[in-house]
Amino acid sequence: MYCVITAAPIDILEMMQHVRRDADGAVLLFSGVVRDHDGGRPVTGLRYEAYAEMASQKLTGICKDVSAQFEIGDIAVVHRIGELAVGEISVAIAVAAPHRDAAFKASREVIERLKREVPIWKRERYADGEEVWLDGTIPNPPTAG
Amino acid sequence: MRCVIGVLRVKCLFFAVYREILGTGELELELPPGARLAELIAVVRTRPGADALPLALVVAVNHEYAPGDTVLADGDEIAFIPPVAGG
Repeated sequence: MYCVITAAPIDILEMMQHVRRDADGAVLLFSGVVRDHDGGRPVTGLRYEAYAEMASQKLTGICKDVSAQFEIGDIAVVHRIGELAVGEISVAIAVAAPHRDAAFKASREVIERLKREVPIWKRERYADGEEVWLDGTIPNPPTAG
Repeated sequence: MRCVIGVLRVKCLFFAVYREILGTGELELELPPGARLAELIAVVRTRPGADALPLALVVAVNHEYAPGDTVLADGDEIAFIPPVAGG
């Protein structure tokens, strides 16, 4: 299992090699990539920022939960930070499992929880030069006031 | 050497839009011993620009989300977490 926050480009095939074992009949790769529009507005890139120590700890906790929840083998999650151009991978999840159903469910659970719980933020850069921090999700735990 | 008795020092971190609102990503703050997280938040709310912070704040103490009644300890790392937007 590995969960990493990195400024380096993500190599998803390397992640596949890392999680695959001979007992697994499925390796599922998910990637989130930067798209060129948001709400009808042209986007030229994104900047991601993370509270890196906490983010990797939260990701590891999520992967442990998901490993206990579904019949899967190894799992890897990598989230990019820094400046990203359109088409670049911002997040990648590799799940190996004996059978595909568990891999699909596990991957879905990881990305949904990542979006709700992990301290990462993104700033969108538009074609007209404006930049905006995108509205996010308030993490589940109670607010501190 | 730490030789000041009776003072609690914590490191506050501000990310993304909160850093821009407060004009800094990090502050060292002092509180009386036994202070709770809610008291620290009240101090942060007196900073210039802080009136733009939301009414409800999510805060992590030493990498774990924490409620306002959490008792703080010397050296704690207190992170103010804007709504998250990974993925």
